[in-house]
Amino acid sequence: MQTVKMVVTGPFSAGKTEFIRSVSEIDVVSTERKISTAAEKAVKEATTVAMDFGRITVDDDLVLYLFGTPGQKRFDFMWEILSEGMLGFIVMVDSTRPETFREARSILETFRAYAPTPYVVAANKQDKKDAWDPEDMRHVLRLDSKVKFLPCIATEKSSVKSILLELLYSILAEMERGEK
Amino acid sequence: MALRGNLRDFTITQLLNLINLARKTGTLVVDGPSDTAHLAFRDGKLAYAQIGKTVTGLAVILHNANKLSSGQYKAIQQRASNISDKELGLLLINAGYLTKEDILTQLQLYFAGIVHRLFTWVEGSFHFENEMLPPDDRISVRLDLENLIIEGSRQLREWEQLQDEIPSLDMALKFTDRPGVNLRNVNLSVEEWRVVSYINPKNTIKQIANATKMNDLEIRRIVYGLLQAGLVEICRPEGASPAPQVRVFPTEDRDEQKSLVNRLISRIRSL
Ligand SMILES: Nc1nc2c(ncn2[C@@H]2O[C@H](COP(=O)(O)OP(=O)(O)OP(=O)(O)O)[C@@H](O)[C@H]2O)c(=O)[nH]1
Ligand SMILES: [Mg+2]
Repeated sequence: MQTVKMVVTGPFSAGKTEFIRSVSEIDVVSTERKISTAAEKAVKEATTVAMDFGRITVDDDLVLYLFGTPGQKRFDFMWEILSEGMLGFIVMVDSTRPETFREARSILETFRAYAPTPYVVAANKQDKKDAWDPEDMRHVLRLDSKVKFLPCIATEKSSVKSILLELLYSILAEMERGEK
Repeated sequence: MALRGNLRDFTITQLLNLINLARKTGTLVVDGPSDTAHLAFRDGKLAYAQIGKTVTGLAVILHNANKLSSGQYKAIQQRASNISDKELGLLLINAGYLTKEDILTQLQLYFAGIVHRLFTWVEGSFHFENEMLPPDDRISVRLDLENLIIEGSRQLREWEQLQDEIPSLDMALKFTDRPGVNLRNVNLSVEEWRVVSYINPKNTIKQIANATKMNDLEIRRIVYGLLQAGLVEICRPEGASPAPQVRVFPTEDRDEQKSLVNRLISRIRSL
């Protein structure tokens, strides 16, 4: 059995667990904990502390694993471990919480420094009415026009699918570039 | 869609950066603890600025800048207090007191001064109004934001934030190929020029710091300013031996790897 993996990262509450949940064929193995601090609790009830783990079986001898990183800074020692050997990564950003954009950029730069693997960035929660315009976010996140920055609704499977596909297309393009 | 938020999360400099890059037209309204500021932009250039409700008229601005004598100023106050800035401007030009350039330069300096005051605001909220333009009777200017952004970035001192902005000094820098940015029009400090002279995808930020004898904080601060102004971007160092390649694919064979990615693609499509 062959396995490959992709990593889903991003700030606290960006929608990483939700993203994996939407496409994983197994119940996402989440290491979620009830949230302790009041400030974070105002945002949501449970958070990922070590990782999320989802699976998509491709065929008889190929499986794709999706790993979600913990969003909170105090668990960032997990990031490098999780990023080892990844085919590519996805950075999720909550479009409704501009206060997290700076951190999203920082996470992106950190992952970019780990490995030269392809990545895409997802402007998540685009279904919410206070979501920022992806074009404005692109500038704030300092993504140049070559970086794929895609609107996303992590609760919708079709949206998650298209993001995974875009990442795979980038991986394929990168391989073809490498051959020349 | 919403372009609103809090100054604790977005500095004025970052907002100017966004407006500059997105070439926005409209008004940025900043509600500070004691005052409200309005900055109006056209195509990403500053057109007009005002803090508080009272409008500082052209006559006052020119007088404060010593472009109008006290006598001239008094005369205007007495005889022409009801005319608009635009009308006053024309009057002064036609009377040969000032040139159009004099007036525009003074207004630019005045508006830039307002932006400088805004740099010190750390509390408050902001929103951007696409439809809102400067009042018709006011004279507007076209002031490039790059210099203001560099000046604002120089004031960012917080180590933690800089660390967030530039987490790894092992990355390199390259010039952006954004059209319309001309390094010559930007007022860089000597320190900034020294860093700029080493910018090359082959040099890591750490190497540039060593070459320019700067510590981590100093180099981060300068790189941050250049990033903010959209002059450079972070890239992976060229020619650096790629990070010890952890196994990504279960197979070494190129064709098998490609087939594997293609299988992943068909599977995801079928979900
Ligand atoms: N409306 C909407 N809600 C979403 C979307 N994606 C995630 N959410 C919600 O946002 C909240 C946070 O999502 P999670 O998936 O737990 O976020 P996370 O990134 O795993 O968070 P941490 O593990 O704590 O860092 C949950 O209540 C989700 O249901 C989306 O696209 N639209
Ligand atoms: Mg989670």
